[in-house]
Amino acid sequence: MIEVRNVTKSFGDLTVLHNISALFEAGKTNLIIGQSGSGKTVLMKSVIGIHQVDEGQILYDGRDIAKMTKKEVAILRREVGMLFQGSALFDSMTVEENVRFPLEMFSDKSKEEWDERVNFCLNRVGLSHAAKLFPSEISGGMQKRAAIARAIVLEPTYLFCDEPNSGLDPKTSLTIDQLIHEITVENNITTIVNTHDMNSVMEIGDKVIFIHKGYKGWEGDKDSIFESGNQDLEDLVFASNLYKKVKKYHNLK
Amino acid sequence: MNLFEHVGRYSRLMAGVFTKPQRWGILWKQYKAEIEKQGLQSILITVIISIFIGSAITMQMVLNTENPMLPKYVTGLTTRETLLLEFSSTILCLILAGKVGSNIASEIGTMRITEQIDALKIMGVNAENYLILPKILGFVSIVPVLVIFSMFFGLLGGYIIATTGVISPSQYVMGIQYAFNPYYVTYSIIKSLFFAFIIASISSYYGYYAYGGALEVGKASTNAVVKSSIFILLFNVILTDLLLV
Repeated sequence: MIEVRNVTKSFGDLTVLHNISALFEAGKTNLIIGQSGSGKTVLMKSVIGIHQVDEGQILYDGRDIAKMTKKEVAILRREVGMLFQGSALFDSMTVEENVRFPLEMFSDKSKEEWDERVNFCLNRVGLSHAAKLFPSEISGGMQKRAAIARAIVLEPTYLFCDEPNSGLDPKTSLTIDQLIHEITVENNITTIVNTHDMNSVMEIGDKVIFIHKGYKGWEGDKDSIFESGNQDLEDLVFASNLYKKVKKYHNLK
Repeated sequence: MNLFEHVGRYSRLMAGVFTKPQRWGILWKQYKAEIEKQGLQSILITVIISIFIGSAITMQMVLNTENPMLPKYVTGLTTRETLLLEFSSTILCLILAGKVGSNIASEIGTMRITEQIDALKIMGVNAENYLILPKILGFVSIVPVLVIFSMFFGLLGGYIIATTGVISPSQYVMGIQYAFNPYYVTYSIIKSLFFAFIIASISSYYGYYAYGGALEVGKASTNAVVKSSIFILLFNVILTDLLLV
């Protein structure tokens, strides 16, 4: 579980996050949604610890990241997996080597156990056949799956996904969403997904936090999003023709 | 960004680079890979350039020492001194700044803009140490070998020209042996160690702080070569003053 308490973050004179509080629960996919420039990426980077917040607290299962020593932060990092928008696989390594890399860096287990874990993770994301290929030799969807395998290889407690569906077709996006959700539930991971893809919201949004102009605009789940009563959220949700038709079909206000 | 900011950021980067590696085995593996990538793959260009420059210097020396007062072996002697003192260390490193420096800056810069460096950091990897230390160690280790190669093939280039008849090969060989000071080789190698550090560290610096897109990686690569070259020339003067004068 990750708790964000009254977080404020500024860059120079510009305040990007205003007094945000949120609770990201374990075993659930927690989505941060919002328009481009709303502050959702800054919020995620603040939670990860890439940005230092000006005010407020970020607690990983009660542990305040700001009060941790360097060593404690290093240990925490090993409990964190991250899926980047562009996958961020290492070009010079094969898919298998990418997945093995965190084990080589941080695991004291034997090579046989590494092999077993790597094979398990590649199987889990359905990439056993592509283990020996380089990232440049596989599709965008496969790269995302390889990045998921790398993110989960150390059995993380916390998983962060930054725009996991960007650049993917709807069918592949659905596969990635389902994979993230299944892994979250199977391993009781606290997963935070940063997205503005409404299909993802409707597919895996166990908990949704809407950020608008740096403020928390709304909080709920995917089932209650159509009845949020928040105009800014509705403007985002019903921005596409598809959802306008859904709204019309269901006769929603 | 002003000079002091660059110096501060470079110093902070180097402080991160020269820390204890998280895994010695991984450092060793990368070190060997860097030796191959930066060193072994630079041997051919070193050999080609050295042969041709050695040949050209010999021809120029023949013309410049055409004086009945000067013994014929002076051509070989001056060729040797030019190669040992300046070409095989300074000029070779300026050429390598173009090849290796741009390679390092573009490789690290691309890793930066594709979030690979962020991925390392989030995993808890000391990205500076993991990425840059093997490059610096690898290049500093292999450059003396390239310098020795350059000296040998430069002198060989001169010999090849001597066999064409512009000067007697035996006089050329006598010239390159005459009054030989082994310290010049040591001096050249010491200089090359400094130059290798300059190339690898400055190029890594520009690559590491490349933000944006392909255009910025290109700029980082250009900056790496230009700034490395300037510092090589500056340190050439300083080291010559300290070691030779």
